[in-house]
Amino acid sequence: MKEIVVISGKGGTGKTSITAAFAMIAGKNAVIADCDVDAADMHLLLKPDFAKSEDFYSGFKAEIDQELCTKCGKCKQVCRFDAVQKIDDSYNIINLDCEGCGYCAEICPAKTIQMVEQNVGKWYISKIKSEAQMVHAKLGIGADNSGKLVAKVKKEAKNIAQESRKDFILVDGSPGIGCPVVSSLSGADYVILVTEPTLSGFHDMKRVFELIQNFKLPAGCIINKYDVNENISEKIIEFCNNNSIDHIVNIPYDETFTAAMTDGKTIIEFEDNTLKKILEDSWKKTIKLTGQH
Amino acid sequence: MKISIASGKGGTGKTTLATNLAYLLSQKYTVILADLDVEEPNSAFFIKGKEVQQKKVFKMIPEWDKEKCVLCGNCQRVCKFNAVIKLWEEVLVFNQLCHSCYACSELCPQNALPMKSYEVGKITEFEQNNLHFVEGKLNVGEEQAVPLIKETIDFVEHNFSSDILRIFDAPPGTSCPVIEATKYADYIILITEPTPFGLHDLKLAVEVMREMKKNFSVVINRYGIGNDDAIQYCEDEKIPLLGTIPNMKKAAEAYAKGELLSKALPEIRNAIESVIEKLRTLEVLL
Repeated sequence: MKEIVVISGKGGTGKTSITAAFAMIAGKNAVIADCDVDAADMHLLLKPDFAKSEDFYSGFKAEIDQELCTKCGKCKQVCRFDAVQKIDDSYNIINLDCEGCGYCAEICPAKTIQMVEQNVGKWYISKIKSEAQMVHAKLGIGADNSGKLVAKVKKEAKNIAQESRKDFILVDGSPGIGCPVVSSLSGADYVILVTEPTLSGFHDMKRVFELIQNFKLPAGCIINKYDVNENISEKIIEFCNNNSIDHIVNIPYDETFTAAMTDGKTIIEFEDNTLKKILEDSWKKTIKLTGQH
Repeated sequence: MKISIASGKGGTGKTTLATNLAYLLSQKYTVILADLDVEEPNSAFFIKGKEVQQKKVFKMIPEWDKEKCVLCGNCQRVCKFNAVIKLWEEVLVFNQLCHSCYACSELCPQNALPMKSYEVGKITEFEQNNLHFVEGKLNVGEEQAVPLIKETIDFVEHNFSSDILRIFDAPPGTSCPVIEATKYADYIILITEPTPFGLHDLKLAVEVMREMKKNFSVVINRYGIGNDDAIQYCEDEKIPLLGTIPNMKKAAEAYAKGELLSKALPEIRNAIESVIEKLRTLEVLL
């Protein structure tokens, strides 16, 4: 079983549209995981049935028992996040600022502070329209711990893939280089970088590639909208060659992606179009490449 | 006045709107643009100023003192982030996981975990006529964007008079980095594209703004693709629509090269000018 993670660095390069197309091509042979948990969109194309859902608890927030509090103010002294505010005579936790480190609870002389585990979102196991299984999640509004929720989604997807002996886990990652991305990379077998030939796209791809190197993972690159600037596309290909990144494919600028999305479909199911064949060939090539590493 | 440009979905035009707004406004008065998308900052491609100063940003992490440590394991017990692990004969600190709460350090009975500084990124200030541009950039491998976002905002507060307009280019998403990049702002502009992905993530971003009780409005980029559901949504929810930016392949091509769209394309310039007009009508801008 191979775990393939699709990331981009920059947002809006076509990561999710391409991953969803791959999911439809792979069919029942893959388990799908949407790890872009704080702006998950893949369900809009793959139409999961949300068959099983579970709350996700992670991280803590401090809670002060006002009845027992002796108002000594030690909690406020030790908090590095300015999350304890003195209002009138009482000490209060500002939830949005509390990091959940537990220092205040640890040193409170009257033991009036409890660390309460937080419900930060929900995760789901669904069947999508290709009959494949998909694990996905929804992070609560403004919640942190997205990295932990990503890890949970990946773990569940792996369990399903192992139990049902699937060949692939296909993971849609999030933009950036921070904790959710790091979390989506751990345990991966192959990384697909979806980029676009813009100075921003190339810059962001190089940064995320540096991160991939820390994990010593093999990677391939898809240049989406390659004809928007063929000059930069060539530079990206050169960068790939110099860094042993497989160049999987160039995809032209094509608003059919948007038309299909607006219809709630992946490019694979959408009316006749030239992108379909390009993506089918790309998936075949990706499978071959993952086997070589 | 502090205005944050945020989006939910990535790649909808946050940087385009932030840089063009800042540039056009700076033709009339002094403006500060801060790139708070510290994981992948891109505003610098479009604002080419002269570098004024650069500052390294550090966070505090514990450093294990082997000589003093008696391996009691208190540090591991108090750390809620699994950043300090006591093994059989040593204590390991995972820098990236540490939230700098100081609990392990200050509660160590032997003072064997003194805090030391550790570089997580850089802040660079540029200047181009009336436009001051400040960029926060996270070092690759660092997982926490929030402390650097906070430092970048503090940098702006300390270096510039508070009556200068600030425009913040926020990161995508709806989680902690977005909260940090918008919570100090007086006004938020959410930018989206008129597609199902754009609308879905706009709704999430609206939920976040409502939760934070912020004043906000919407700009629709790449107008012409997709459908009108996003406009309908804004109408239904009574969210002010500041304007639309037309979908043009030429815009994508100019953006690719790092050209400021309001300089390269009159259509885009007009669109941004009318966003500014609307902000004046709403009394967000003077």
